[in-house]
Amino acid sequence: MTDAPLQAVAKPERPASPWRAIWSQFRTHKGAVFGLVILTLLVLAVVIGPYLWNPEKLTVAKAMAVRNRPPSLQFPLGTDQLGRDMLQRMMQAGKVSLAVGFVAMAIAIVFGTFVGVVAGYYKRLDGPLMRLTDMFLALPLIPLLLVMVMLFRDRIASVMGPELGAFTLIVFAIGITSWMQAARVVRGEVLALKEREYVLAARSIGAAPHRIILRHILPNVVSPVMVAATLGVAEAIITESVLSFLGLGFPPDFPTWGRLLFDGLQYMQLYPERVIWPGLAISLTVLSVNYIGDGLRDALDPRIRGR
Amino acid sequence: MLTFTLRRLLIAIPTLLFISLVIFLLVDLAPGSPLSEIPLTVPPEVRQKMMAALGADQPVFVRYLLWLRQFFIVEPAYLLDGWFGTDLAGDQQRILSWQSRAPVFTVIGQRLPQTLTVIGTAYLVGVLIALPIGIYSAYRQYSAFDQLGTLFAMIGFSVPTFFSGTLFIIIFAVWLGWFPTKYDTQLQVTDWASFLEQLRQMALPVMTLGLANAAVISRYMRSSMLENMTQDYVRTARAKGMSERTVVLKHVLRNSLIPVVTVIALGIPSIFGGAIITENLFGVNGIGAALILAINASDLPMVQTLAFIFAVLIVLFNLIADVLYGLLDPRIRYD
Repeated sequence: MTDAPLQAVAKPERPASPWRAIWSQFRTHKGAVFGLVILTLLVLAVVIGPYLWNPEKLTVAKAMAVRNRPPSLQFPLGTDQLGRDMLQRMMQAGKVSLAVGFVAMAIAIVFGTFVGVVAGYYKRLDGPLMRLTDMFLALPLIPLLLVMVMLFRDRIASVMGPELGAFTLIVFAIGITSWMQAARVVRGEVLALKEREYVLAARSIGAAPHRIILRHILPNVVSPVMVAATLGVAEAIITESVLSFLGLGFPPDFPTWGRLLFDGLQYMQLYPERVIWPGLAISLTVLSVNYIGDGLRDALDPRIRGR
Repeated sequence: MLTFTLRRLLIAIPTLLFISLVIFLLVDLAPGSPLSEIPLTVPPEVRQKMMAALGADQPVFVRYLLWLRQFFIVEPAYLLDGWFGTDLAGDQQRILSWQSRAPVFTVIGQRLPQTLTVIGTAYLVGVLIALPIGIYSAYRQYSAFDQLGTLFAMIGFSVPTFFSGTLFIIIFAVWLGWFPTKYDTQLQVTDWASFLEQLRQMALPVMTLGLANAAVISRYMRSSMLENMTQDYVRTARAKGMSERTVVLKHVLRNSLIPVVTVIALGIPSIFGGAIITENLFGVNGIGAALILAINASDLPMVQTLAFIFAVLIVLFNLIADVLYGLLDPRIRYD
């Protein structure tokens, strides 16, 4: 008879995991959920899509016969001026566009977090590193990126091949010119965190700086970094498509959405859909990523969460 | 305030030197630079002469200093000569464009008015749209208007100008035929008809850039208004029995505009960057189009100069924004 209440005491309710709390807050943000759904669909479409939609490769003569077709059952998005299936090209291009966005963001975030942590933790390096960040912020990015692509494209292409070369160059160029925001955010957080008692406690028992940073500081800067990373993906995708749009991005046989839009521009008056599809894809991706970033910002902020 | 301004000016100098060094080295060390393009069949002594003629046999820092001298001393001297008819520059070497053989600054001077007319109008229109939207969204927070404004801003953030511009061309120029698809640089405004024509051809680029800018600025205006709406002085003003109009448009708006003004100042250089896309899309013959033309023609002096001018603009407007902030907000005194 006395069993039941005792058991209830012995089995206390597990504290809610912080990730669950974050997720439940994230779910209340309608835009963020919408963004997550759209982005997941887009990623699935470009990753799994090519396996589901794999039209036979047309010979040149056959392709010439089906140039500029309107959407049909055989070509759901029509064909381009060389008789290539637009749906297939959109999926290939999307894969590259999204890959550029994620890889460039990863480079920027890793570098930015590193600079931010070092500047925030070591007082001596703070001044110089932040001056460097300010200087990078004053660089005219688009002109500089265009110059970098113009000057290094052919040389890198001759070493790594045109496709991998263009990818490496553009990802690297975008990465090293967009780490500044992350560095600033992380530095601010680290400056506040390193004065906390638990860091003091760790230091007083003789923990080495690298251990304090890895174990006590980095886990606490994860949330601002995640927000910066989401917004960084959107930024990188837009920057890449600007480069491609100006004709200084990826080669036409290895397209991105920006490149498809650039190729479609000449046929804009006759076949506007060739511009609209890639443009819509870029806009939707960026819009959903921005909404996700918005939702994450709210969800990761414990002051807003639970209200 | 004066000391602060002077100090900021002094900090701007190393920043500009760093940027100029980055731009110089990037172009100078690049494998695609013209000196690496000299064919191998050219005999060594001729190659040596070619390098000497281009000044390329000097060490890097000498070339860098010479380039700086051209940029900061020789070119301004020519500018002053042009204005006042003096002869400061003598016949020193100017920065010459490789594609046209004309001085780079002459080309820029010819193209700058186009950029300023179109891009400047676009920014102005953007600000004029953004401010009322921001004010009203904040005044009626979470109303239908505010939700709509938020959606508008999110779309404005996310749709890149090259796509919105293309859409506008397809809708308004191709389907509806209201506006021309391309900007006619040759058009001279002489009478009423040509002025209307100018307005019509400016409409699409101005709309494209203006909407993108309006999205950003309206967000700042809204959040700044929201911050001020809950302040004590607003309650005081209401308690004194002032009309809602006076409270919002005088007391709150004035204080809310302070950060927005700096944001507007900070945005000016970035619109020159964004203008590269719009100018190319609509065929406006401005400096953004000049940059792309120069890049496609491997015209390095032009590219270097334009990139550096963009950097100068960024640093300059950062400085202006900082000083403006101090001037407008008496709580912020840097010294």
